[in-house]
Amino acid sequence: MSTNTVISVENLSKMYRLGRVNSGSFGHDVKRWWASIRGKEDPFSLVASENDRTQKVTENEYVWALKDVSFEVEKGEVLGIVGRNGAGKSTLLKLLTRVTLPTTGSIKAKGRIASLLEVGTGFHPDLTGRENIFLNGAILGMSKAEIKKKFDEIVDFSGVERYIDTPVKRYSSGMYVRLAFGVAAHLESEILIIDEVLAVGDTEFQEKCLGKMNDVSKNEGRTVIFVSHNIPSVIQLCSKTMYMEKGKLLEIGNSEDIIQKYVYNKASLQYLCNDNKNIEAYFRKVNVVNFSNEEKSSFYFDENIFLQFVVQLPTALASFQIGLALIDKFKRKVFTHHFNVKNIFNKNSIELTCQLPKNIIAPGNYSFDVALFIENANLYEYINDICAICIIDNGTIMSHNSSDYGCIVVHCDWLLN
Amino acid sequence: MKKKYKDIGDWDLVIKPKTRLLDINLLEVWKYRDLLLLFVQRDIVTVYQQTILGPLWFFLQPILTAFTYFVVFSKIANIPTAGIPQMLFYLSGITIWNYFTTCLSGASSTFTSNAAIFGKVYFPRLVTPLSALLSNIIKFGIQLLPLIIMYVFFVVRGSGVRPTFELLLLPLLLFNAGFLGMSLGLIVSALTTKYRDFSFVITVVVQSLMYLSTVIYPLSSVDNPIMHRCIELNPMTWVIDAFRTGCFGEGNVSYMGLLYATGVTVVITFVGIIMFSKTEKTFIDTV
Repeated sequence: MSTNTVISVENLSKMYRLGRVNSGSFGHDVKRWWASIRGKEDPFSLVASENDRTQKVTENEYVWALKDVSFEVEKGEVLGIVGRNGAGKSTLLKLLTRVTLPTTGSIKAKGRIASLLEVGTGFHPDLTGRENIFLNGAILGMSKAEIKKKFDEIVDFSGVERYIDTPVKRYSSGMYVRLAFGVAAHLESEILIIDEVLAVGDTEFQEKCLGKMNDVSKNEGRTVIFVSHNIPSVIQLCSKTMYMEKGKLLEIGNSEDIIQKYVYNKASLQYLCNDNKNIEAYFRKVNVVNFSNEEKSSFYFDENIFLQFVVQLPTALASFQIGLALIDKFKRKVFTHHFNVKNIFNKNSIELTCQLPKNIIAPGNYSFDVALFIENANLYEYINDICAICIIDNGTIMSHNSSDYGCIVVHCDWLLN
Repeated sequence: MKKKYKDIGDWDLVIKPKTRLLDINLLEVWKYRDLLLLFVQRDIVTVYQQTILGPLWFFLQPILTAFTYFVVFSKIANIPTAGIPQMLFYLSGITIWNYFTTCLSGASSTFTSNAAIFGKVYFPRLVTPLSALLSNIIKFGIQLLPLIIMYVFFVVRGSGVRPTFELLLLPLLLFNAGFLGMSLGLIVSALTTKYRDFSFVITVVVQSLMYLSTVIYPLSSVDNPIMHRCIELNPMTWVIDAFRTGCFGEGNVSYMGLLYATGVTVVITFVGIIMFSKTEKTFIDTV
């Protein structure tokens, strides 16, 4: 352990019981109490299973929301935590912020830990913005004097000066969040824990938050733990990332590497046709792969995307066309592309791969429409909205990834006159 | 002390699953004193927001209750009030009893009504019931007003009531009633986080405790020796009695009784805080 370590987590586990609290759980409590009196281990910790939401609860009502997690964080480091829902991220944060105690294991920390688990915790709707700044600051662990010192800065940061003496129930939700984040961002704590706060607020404010967080870690030397589903901000902010699954720590390391693994691990969406279609020609399978032929749904901006098709054909057919459209998140066509397949003889099925250009589809979520037809003669099949993909900005476009780039990023030639 | 530091090393904070029985961090509560005061401010400011009569409701409620008692217990049941004008007798009893019960109910719902905020941030949970206690002291002060108005009315009419030096015991009385109420509430809150059954019991218990105290009749009017003993066992009996003696100058303050009440309060407070601190650490998992 280096001297710079500010958080040290050892074999941290947390067990939860599923189902209702009733007379049945009372029986379990009695057994557990009896075991603790005789100095034995909790009898239910031995039977608890790993946390997998998809599995039906059988007889086993106990799960490990977190199991044997150990890691260390150094001073000034920004640690990102990624993982799907139910991976144990929030449980870990709850333990770090002392909202609840672990079942086994320990956490050691140097300095104050402040959390931003959900902005606006403890805001009272009937109190004014000013009163709420003080109340919220105190709940987060600041003294009145500290808040007074930072008051102007907070109001300035949140930009709600005009409304500062109005009860917060009259605020728009955006103003509410701005004020709440403003308070939390100005906490004087050595360790700051942030969970998904950037999901709210407008783009301008999101950028402000990201900037503030960068500032907090780089210039003030504070340590930040950041949980988010927003991959771009994790890449941008975090020097180190931790990948969790089913309550366990899978890997911790350099953000880019970990994110790559996390993204690859996500289930890719492919189109598979159920056989026995009553048409002569149709798509048997459509899927998206990367350059090394791995199925995936997330790609970096500068990564090649390959669409693979398996097409069922009538043997007599010699040529046909495949149409392709990229659909954005509003279900609008971004671009279309046609390809003529010619000179095929006596084939029942054919496999094709299409390479999409890289460095052109702007970061965001997209899907595809595909069509199979013979020009001016026959439309065999048109399939909507399949193979959802996500384009991730890995810092190749601009440094601020939360900006809206539109759908297409083009290369232009410039002349200096 | 040395051993404790060895355990922690140079870490500021160590989070571990199990804690000792007496792991109560009062120093930490002190660190959060600003929060405590802000909670009090919030409670007082927000109660009567957007009502027209505002704090007048504070006054009307005890006066109406006292009037009901006056009709039922004095006019219909003919229970004597030890030479004190009936309205004053009931109003004084109700004022201090209300203070006791609001402290109790405030503390007993600590976990259930603050679950949302407790689930998000850590601060010493004891801050919440303590702030409720402080706001109740202020509310008690406000509720004294109708009593004072009524008092002046009876003094002008020449009914012979007069305050005595024993009124200086008021801080002790407030301490006893307040901490007794809060600590009983803490015990209830600790018991009800997981199994709510107990919250149904407590309303009945509080109700019967009132009838087993001297809110509506003086101790001297109870002839049955067993009942007399039962009422004496209720620490609130002595608090109410001392309050009345101080206010109206009738009878004598029982210092033995007060000593007993203080003893009970201190013991219950310890039990309450220990049970509360044992529950506060993981209650969010079961609430």
